[in-house]
Amino acid sequence: MGIIKTKGLVFEYIRRDEEGNVEGITRAVDEVDLDVKKGDFVAILGHNGSGKSTLAKHINAILYPTEGSVWVDGMDTTDEKELWNIRQEAGMVFQNPDNQIIGQVVEEDVGFGPENMGVPTEEIWERVEESLKAVGMYKYRKFSPNKLSGGQKQRVSIAGVIAMHPKCIILDEPTAMLDPNGRREVVRAVRALNDVEGITVLLITHYMEEIIHADKVFVMDKGKVAMQGTPREIFSQVEMLRQLRLDVPQVTLLAHELKKSGIDLPEGILTVEELTQELKRIYRQGEKAQVQ
Amino acid sequence: MLRDITLGQYYQTESVIHKLDPRVKLIATVCFIISLFVVKSWIGYAVAAVFLAVVIRLSKVPFKFMVKGMKAIVFIMLITVVFNLFLTPGEVLFSVWKLRITREGLQQAVTMAVRLSFLIVGSSVMTLTTTPNSLTDAMEKLMKPLKVFKVPVHEVAMMMSIALRFIPILLEETDKIMKAQIARGADFESGNLIRKAKAMVPLLVPLFISAFRRANDLAMAMEARCYRGGEHRTKMKPLRYAGRDRIAYVVLTAYFAACIGIRIWL
Repeated sequence: MGIIKTKGLVFEYIRRDEEGNVEGITRAVDEVDLDVKKGDFVAILGHNGSGKSTLAKHINAILYPTEGSVWVDGMDTTDEKELWNIRQEAGMVFQNPDNQIIGQVVEEDVGFGPENMGVPTEEIWERVEESLKAVGMYKYRKFSPNKLSGGQKQRVSIAGVIAMHPKCIILDEPTAMLDPNGRREVVRAVRALNDVEGITVLLITHYMEEIIHADKVFVMDKGKVAMQGTPREIFSQVEMLRQLRLDVPQVTLLAHELKKSGIDLPEGILTVEELTQELKRIYRQGEKAQVQ
Repeated sequence: MLRDITLGQYYQTESVIHKLDPRVKLIATVCFIISLFVVKSWIGYAVAAVFLAVVIRLSKVPFKFMVKGMKAIVFIMLITVVFNLFLTPGEVLFSVWKLRITREGLQQAVTMAVRLSFLIVGSSVMTLTTTPNSLTDAMEKLMKPLKVFKVPVHEVAMMMSIALRFIPILLEETDKIMKAQIARGADFESGNLIRKAKAMVPLLVPLFISAFRRANDLAMAMEARCYRGGEHRTKMKPLRYAGRDRIAYVVLTAYFAACIGIRIWL
């Protein structure tokens, strides 16, 4: 069993009108089976309202399943005895950086999680130092969070989670409110955590560029897992992604269109380098054919 | 324009006063305020003035920062002085039209002015040399005994520090909403007081809604980071008394004793 596992996960909520009468029941998450291996970088993709954030909140035991089960490192999230262990092992980073920073100084915020866990004072300082270094924010440790950029704030939030020494981190659209620079900073920090520290990462996003480096991708639509596979497998199905209202990276799209108009390119090209290489290869082949 | 408002007017510099334990400073401020009402003679005020001057000197905060705090109460001070000056009965010094200035009134007015200004400057010394955060920490620690009476000390301290953290964020948000509404023709500047107050309503509603949403998000983020109240919690920056804090307590006790002594014997 992987570190995060869901089986037949269903989450329903009741919609009410302004007087509080029941209008209907919405299934935000519908029969989702996930299995995330330790050390993996998993991305969950989906447009707004696809149920991806609701799914994420189940893993941190903020929401409980209506049907089915969620296990984090073998612990059932509905088990109240394990609640704090689950929250410590599966750290969570939210969308809005302003609404999750508690401390008035960067280092104090990073220390908040360990303080809650009852870690001794000296160890808190060690943890704060190493986590701030891991996300490259150590030199800002005495700053007020209000003086930082969005990307920096989000990196502080990530440091705050790492300081709790989690086995996996769930990032719920951490880049949605950031500019392209901030997005790059955050994605780089997250990848470093996965590569260097071996922390399992579950990245929820609707930006396609961010999932290129993932080990596995789940695409969600209407609460269900619509597609799953490696990024290459996912991106080779451009038409399907478009049906799910997702934007394909420009390079992939270009390659797809070129292929459609008769150029012999493989499906699922992810980076500019790949495309240039493939095009060069075809060009050389063409030259050879001419010579012959 | 709203961003000019700063709460917690901490002045960053290295000084003995800055390094003191916030509990010492909090207690000292309370003692100082009490001492201002204990002493009644000019010698007493002189002692208080000397004590305050020494502390200000030690804190290395420029004096003009202390006086800044006075601006806010100039109006109150003026009223106090005027009322005391004209309305205290006693030996008449001179009178103009119906207004009489008495010897007692003059004395009372001056005393009041001195007391008030000392009070403000004294408490500014504390807020200028202590971060709001360590102040809340000190309060939490000092009020811990109240837990016996079921006072939620930790929760109150946590609320205070979160409020402090969100003041600049909410101010920024107010600014944003204001600009968005000005862009759509809202008018916050003209009209009388009532019209201005009415113009604030469409500003406050979205601000409140967003504040509630933020509170909700923050509560979730705190729970996700294992927050479960004050129990089992350790401190990253626990308050510990050092040698200088003990010296400060001795000095404070000496000052306070002197004030009481002056009241009794002089």
